[in-house]
This record gives sequence, C-alpha cells and structure tokens, in this order.
Amino acid sequence: MTDAAASTASTNSGSDQSETMAWDSRARRMVMLWIPLGCFLLILLFPFYWMAVTALKPNAELYDFRNHNPFWISSPTLDHIRLLLFETSYPRWLWTTMIVAVSSTVLSLFASTLAAYAIQRLRFRGSQYVGLGIYLAYLVPPSILFIPLATMVYNLGLFDTPFALILTYPTFLIPFCTWLLIGYFKSIPYELEECALIDGATRLQILRRITLPLAVPGLISAGIFSFTLSWNEFIYALAFIQSSERKTVPVAILTELVTGDVYQWGALMAGSLLGSLPVAIFYSFFVDYYVSSLTGAVKE
Amino acid sequence: MSAVTAAQWIKARRDPSWIVKLFDWKPFLVVMCLLPAVGLLMTFLTYPLGLGIFLAFTDTTIGRSGSWVGLENFEYLLTDPIFLNAVFYSVFYTAIATVGKFGLGLWLALLLNQHTPFKSIIRAIILLPWIVPTVLSAIAFWWIYDPQFSIISYIFVEVLGWRSTNIDFINTEWPARFSLIVANIWRGIPFVAISLLAGLQTISPSLYEAALLDGSTAWQRFRFITFPMLLPILAIVMTFSIIFTFTDFQLVYAITRGGPVNSTHLLATLAFQRGIAGGELGEGAAIAVSMIPFLVAATLFSYFALARRKWQQGESND
Repeated sequence: MTDAAASTASTNSGSDQSETMAWDSRARRMVMLWIPLGCFLLILLFPFYWMAVTALKPNAELYDFRNHNPFWISSPTLDHIRLLLFETSYPRWLWTTMIVAVSSTVLSLFASTLAAYAIQRLRFRGSQYVGLGIYLAYLVPPSILFIPLATMVYNLGLFDTPFALILTYPTFLIPFCTWLLIGYFKSIPYELEECALIDGATRLQILRRITLPLAVPGLISAGIFSFTLSWNEFIYALAFIQSSERKTVPVAILTELVTGDVYQWGALMAGSLLGSLPVAIFYSFFVDYYVSSLTGAVKE
Repeated sequence: MSAVTAAQWIKARRDPSWIVKLFDWKPFLVVMCLLPAVGLLMTFLTYPLGLGIFLAFTDTTIGRSGSWVGLENFEYLLTDPIFLNAVFYSVFYTAIATVGKFGLGLWLALLLNQHTPFKSIIRAIILLPWIVPTVLSAIAFWWIYDPQFSIISYIFVEVLGWRSTNIDFINTEWPARFSLIVANIWRGIPFVAISLLAGLQTISPSLYEAALLDGSTAWQRFRFITFPMLLPILAIVMTFSIIFTFTDFQLVYAITRGGPVNSTHLLATLAFQRGIAGGELGEGAAIAVSMIPFLVAATLFSYFALARRKWQQGESND
C-alpha cells in the first residue's frame, strides 16, 4: 500500500523526489511505529478503562449489552462506590493496608540503608559475600516461604495481627532496597567522606550529614518501590490474616466482596479501582524516580 | 599568640564519650549496621527456608506438630495426578508466558527507543499494569473473561459477527490455561519493556552509524548489534521473570483458583490449597519445596549470564 501510494505520488509531482521520500517515510513511520504503539497502549490500558466504566455503571446497564453500548455509560452512578465505602469495611481495609505498607517501608529503608552503607562504604573483609547473600535473598520468592512462615507467625503469636505482615514484608523489600542503595552510594564520591574523616567526623556523623543527604533520590526510589511492593503483596496477607477487618485491600476485595454465586461486579470493580488509585497517584508523583530505580536496579 | 590559639583550639575539642568511640570502632560499626538487615533476613527468610524443607519431610498439620516421615510426602505427590498436572502447567505457563512477554516486551522497547513526542508520558502510562496490585487487575481480567458478559465475546459476537456463541474463557481446561497466560503476559510486558529500554539506551549510536556505512539492513543491525549488546540485561531480566512467573500465585488464585477441575493449578496455588486451606502443612511444604530445583536452575542461568557479561566488557572486578 505504501509503495503504491508512493508511486502515484511520484507520478503526480513529477520530479519532486524529496517530497515523495518524506511522505513515504512518514507513512512508513505510521505503520512501523504509531500503529503498533497505539495497539500496545490500547491493550495495556483497556482493563483499567473497563474497570472504571464498570465501577460507574448502574446494574441495569451493566448486564444489558443489547440496549446500551457497553463501552459507554449513559447514566453514571456512584452507587457501587457508596456501597463499598459505607456498607463494607473498605475504609478500614485501606487504612490497614496503608499502615502496613508505610511501616514495612520505613523498617526496610532503615535496615537497608545501614546495610548498604556498611557493604559499600565501610568495606570490611567479606563485604562482597554479604552483598551476594542479600542478592540471593531476592531470588527466594514468597511462594516457597509462606507455609513455614505461617507456622512461625502462629508460634510467635503474631497470627492475625498487622505485625505479621510488617515483619515479613521486609524479606522481599530489604534485598531490593539494599541493592538499589549500594548502587546509589557507589555514585557518591568517596573523597567527600575522606574530607569529613580528616575534619574529625565520626562514621555515623558522616552517614547522617554527608552520605544520606546526597543519597536522598536513591532513598526516595527505594521508598516508593517498597511502598508499591508492599501495597501489592498478596500471598502473605492471605495466609497470615484471618479476621475480616484486619485484611489488606487486595485480599479483602477477593475474599470479602466475592460472596455466593452472584458476583457484585460493580462493587468489585469499584473496589479494584479505589485500591489501585493510591499506588497510581503515588507513582505518578515520582514516576521518574520509579523508572530510574527500575532500570538502575536492572543495570546493577 | 599562635601557641595560645592552638591550645584553645585543642581545649575546645571535647573528648568523645565512650559510646561515640565505640560506634567509631569499625568492627562494631559494621556489626551494628548489618544487624537489622541480616537479622531480619535470617529470621524471616533463611530460617523459614530451612524450616520449609524440614516440614516437607514431616506430616505436620495445622495445630499438630508432626513426626518425621522421610520421603513419604514426595512419594505420594509423585503418584498424585493433580500434582503432576500442576508441575506440567507451571512449566507450560512459565514457558509460554516468558516467550510472549519477551517477544512483545522487546518489540515495545524497540518502539519506545525511537524518538517520539510525549515519550516520557507514554513510558509512564506503560508501567501502569505493573504498578497496580496484581490481584486487582486480575479481578478486572476475571470480569473481562466472564462467561456471560465478557466484553471480548461481545466484540466477536455482536460487533464483528465472527462467532455466534460467547467465548468460553475460563470454564474449560485449555481455554482457561491460555486465558491465564494472556493475563500474565499483559502484566509482565511493562517490566520487560522498560528494563530492555534501559539496556537499549546504553548501546552507543556510533555502532549503528558504522553499520549503516557498511550498508547493513535493519534486520542485520538488530541481529548483530542490538541483540548481542542487549543479551546481558536480557539474561538478568529473564531470570527474574522466570522465577517470578514460575512461582506465580496471585493471578491464578484470583481468576480461577486452580479450577476448572484443578487444571490450572500452579505449584504455588496447589501448595496454598493443600497447606493452608487444607491444613496439610507437611504436604504443602513438600509441594513448595519441589519448586526449588527449578529456581536453582534459573539462578545458575543468571550466574553464567553475568559471567559472560563481565567477559564481554572486559571487567575484571566490579
């Protein structure tokens, strides 16, 4: 098609070769770049659009594709969201998830900053092996740990408390954050610390006054990564929490809202949408940090 | 005069207390710095890993500590068709999903690597499926796969008129398996694309210029420049992807819970069903432990890929 168009264009405009070339490359670019990219965006975003549309449709429209165009909402309603917020413990689930995510993020940031500083800057004998060990810990997926962890959590008396999650989430957060921060500390010139040492600062003063302020972007990256990872965590929250009001959002939507044989799709979609919003908003503020940390960690 | 100031200066500097001295003593400081991270990881990662392997050889159930039964759990599992099916589906799921994710992800990365307007916005949007909690997007897929009100069925039946009946996505064996794989690919593309994009951007443009001068075709440039230069990052990302796809839990649990008739159980969901929901902790642990050989294989793959990367770049020590 492109060739045919190009040849007609060339006969029309006669010897104007450059214009043809430009048109050809534009058409080519359209086919090679914009159409596939458009398809990717459409497919990647469609489930979210569908989620939003379903959440705002009244039930009459939701289950009647013949009389209503399913892609559009003729009479939007907030019924599903109202049901969710006022007739279920949804706000409570959101609050629990927030507490768990923030606490485990703070805990992992604290532990991994110290560890990364020790591995990268204190340079003791065997520091490489500790680094390798922490890297290997990242390769242990939660799916093989949840059964023994469930027995441990039960024996420690933490079963069905938020502490069960706050203490176990760092197992997958610390390895990631430590690796991210090791890479970040590496980029801070060592001379700055040497100067401070000569001026008589102690190691902890150096960490607090010099290294940490310079590593703030790295800390932000690690923080948002940890926050989203703990917000999204599912299997531990499913296995360690039993009572309805202490569940986290992903688990609660799946176990509390899916009742009986008739699924409340409107409420389910509203719940999914509201549960996704906090991370999506959080992410949109720090998107550059997020992308750089993702790519940085991979490059490392 | 100068002697006086020097004396004052020395006097002004307080003698540090013993706590400050202790924290400035390197071995102590190293131990203190590593203690929180290593302590947490040892308690909640290394110990449970060992405990899990131990539990796999016992007949522990919830509320009763079991006794050592040797290989009995594994012997039983090897005769259990549901377990064997879970092993098969885990491998199948991982293989197809990885090929799909990396094929499409690489394509998307190559598209994003070209100069386009709104580049950063497009990149930000593309990561969304990866940011949003998997379970929540899985619920959206569950609704998209609904037997009666599926939007995909609607498009095929009412809009395009290609079919006369609704598509059966998750209520029979093979369609359910492929539907889950599609959802997994959808979720995995962004991570692969953005990571590979980072790799693509480190390739020096001068290599492409040289190849253009030599009269190479687009395919040759991809095959002999892009692909080899991307290989190290590709190997690492693929290892992570394989590990986390093989041990996937959320997607299957949310959409099919292992059904119909146990045909879509992955090892992780089967371990959950037997271990936590069914209370047979020993058997569940045995199922979880049987994932380890596969994970070790993936990790070794990563290790050799890393070794290759160092050799390529001529680095002796990083």
